Amino acid sequence: MKDIFLDLRLWEIVVLSLQVSLSAVVLATAVGLPLGAAVAVGRFPGRHALIVLLNALMGLPPVVVGLVVYLLLSRAGPLGDLGLLFTPAAMVIAQTVLVTPIIAALTRQAIEDAWREYEEQLRSLGAGRMSAALTLVWDTRFSLLTAVLAGLGRASAEVGAVMIVGGNIDGVTRVMTTTIALETSKGDLPLALGLGVVLIAIVLVINAAAMVIKEAAQRRYG
Amino acid sequence: MGLAHAALIGFITVASTTSTEQSGLFRHLLPIFEKKTGIQARVVALGTGQSLDMGKRGDADVVFVHAKALEEKFVAEGYGVKRFEVMYNDFVLVGPKSDPAGIGGGKDIVAALRRILDKKAPFASRGDKSGTHFAELELWKAAGIDIAREKGPWYRDTGSGMGPTLNTASGMNAYALTDRGTWLSFKNRGNLVVSVEGDKRLFNQYGVILVNPAKHPHVKKDMGQAFIDWIVSREGQRAIAAYKINGEQLFFPNAE
Amino acid sequence: MILPLRLEAVSFLHVIKPLSLELGAGPSTIILGANGAGKSVLMRLMHGLLRPTAGRISWSSNGRQAMVFQRPVMLRRSALDNVVYALKVAGVAAAERPAMDALKEVGLAHLAHRPARVLSGGEQQRLALARAWALHPEVLFLDEPTASLDPSAAREIESIIRAFDAAGTKIVMATHNLGQARRLADEVIYLHQGRVLERTPVAEFFSRPATAEAAAFIKGELPWA
Repeated sequence: MKDIFLDLRLWEIVVLSLQVSLSAVVLATAVGLPLGAAVAVGRFPGRHALIVLLNALMGLPPVVVGLVVYLLLSRAGPLGDLGLLFTPAAMVIAQTVLVTPIIAALTRQAIEDAWREYEEQLRSLGAGRMSAALTLVWDTRFSLLTAVLAGLGRASAEVGAVMIVGGNIDGVTRVMTTTIALETSKGDLPLALGLGVVLIAIVLVINAAAMVIKEAAQRRYG
Repeated sequence: MGLAHAALIGFITVASTTSTEQSGLFRHLLPIFEKKTGIQARVVALGTGQSLDMGKRGDADVVFVHAKALEEKFVAEGYGVKRFEVMYNDFVLVGPKSDPAGIGGGKDIVAALRRILDKKAPFASRGDKSGTHFAELELWKAAGIDIAREKGPWYRDTGSGMGPTLNTASGMNAYALTDRGTWLSFKNRGNLVVSVEGDKRLFNQYGVILVNPAKHPHVKKDMGQAFIDWIVSREGQRAIAAYKINGEQLFFPNAE
Repeated sequence: MILPLRLEAVSFLHVIKPLSLELGAGPSTIILGANGAGKSVLMRLMHGLLRPTAGRISWSSNGRQAMVFQRPVMLRRSALDNVVYALKVAGVAAAERPAMDALKEVGLAHLAHRPARVLSGGEQQRLALARAWALHPEVLFLDEPTASLDPSAAREIESIIRAFDAAGTKIVMATHNLGQARRLADEVIYLHQGRVLERTPVAEFFSRPATAEAAAFIKGELPWA
């Protein structure tokens, strides 16, 4: 059983999984973080409905996201000409869709809480809403990092979206979760278990890191 | 092997079935093809129905499945260019060592199914519109049994792939129809053994079809055709025959 | 010169009844009143954080004003960077030097690189004053700046406020601490249920309050040294 960790295939799958999930989280942060910050400090009609929607979208079932992205990227669909279906790019797209609401909603919460504390003081100093939002993003950076790690955890652990849009192609779009599903259904457990161990380890590290960062920041910066 | 390694020139998407993929055939075959032509064949393994659907939507360049009637319909409706026969493998009926239907060692699949119905012995079906599922339904029909009407709690529709269905059969001590390839590489047998094999009606013919570029202009027709040409060529056919599990050959090439 | 500040028939919901007021340069103005009298709301109206629901508030020209709140709010960065931030927002380019000078003025230079939020309450309030000092405001509003501090920290704050006054900044401060008012005020505005009941020089307010409410207010509180 220990020999499975010497198998190059296992680590190739791990590396691909991390590439896909990390790329998705980077994109989701680029979109979700400014969106969450803007909603937190902005005042516009429909704001409350948007907040409720963002929070609700955190619970998007991955397999449904996979289905929708599949229909979009299929040759028979509107974005078919891009030829992205069954490639790692499609998996990144699907996971980005999945993770963006998580990062946006958690960012919105963190910055709105901070805004409540800072609003008077920042306005007193003459900071406009936009500039204040940027300042708060830096100020809440540790909470935001936790939000990003939450997104990463979700992306790493899901199987529905990447399975459907990636096609689980051997050597091309096979990631940890889809391989575990496949090998288990084949009754071939050593690779599945090996990947399961690595996946759990990754998730544990992500969650532990989030907690430790938050605590250390609290102690150091107050 | 002495073959020159061709530089990678591109990839094609091949829609095939889970049982073929899980038999390990592609892992053996495709590197040989890629080394020779520089074309990476990316296999998306789904059920037969889904694979043909992928072809209809234009999400695959080549379709490689084992359901002759459906394949011919696919070509007739203009979704595929031409069907080529490639190879066949066979199905086997596996069942518990305890053999409640008393069919062990038999060579007549139709008689065996009749006895299973008679004894209401547990039977696990894929029920997922796959090639294997269709083959199973044809066999019940050949036995003169309308399985949709005559099934009872002993007949379990798992709605899943070959592996999970075998897992279920193993767990339930049930009979199941499976392709030999999946059976040979299946590691969770429990009490299951081969009960019936060798009946000509259990043979499973594979066909390969290029998705019609007239319907989907983006289809990689040259590379797709290269794949088809290779797999029916003497070299491709020899590679298929060379694939063995535990010394046993799974697929028998029969291209014209 | 941004003063005088004129409030004309200004009211805010039911908290501030229509009042007119003019604050000129020079004397330190202390706003006294019981809790709920409307001191905080009036301060925020004058500073510009709230808009009156009726009436007009106008400054004579543009200029800098700053406000210090009861609880100091510091960003998650060093003490020095908090002052630098305020200067940057105000459009000052080379902010490091004036920021450091401001810290020296309030006696926090040795804590310049400490994270601001781990400082004690008194130190943070001094930092808030340093932040205001760096801006060289013409008017400094203070809303109960020592209410959360112990007496010795409060005394340090008071001496900094005197330094502002000596440097020419107009002080407008709300407090319910009578001793503090006596120490720092030149004139007292007494607020009661959203109305200005009295506006008198400090000594006169305490020795001969003109209204019964003011008298009761003075008696009801224990004078602190």
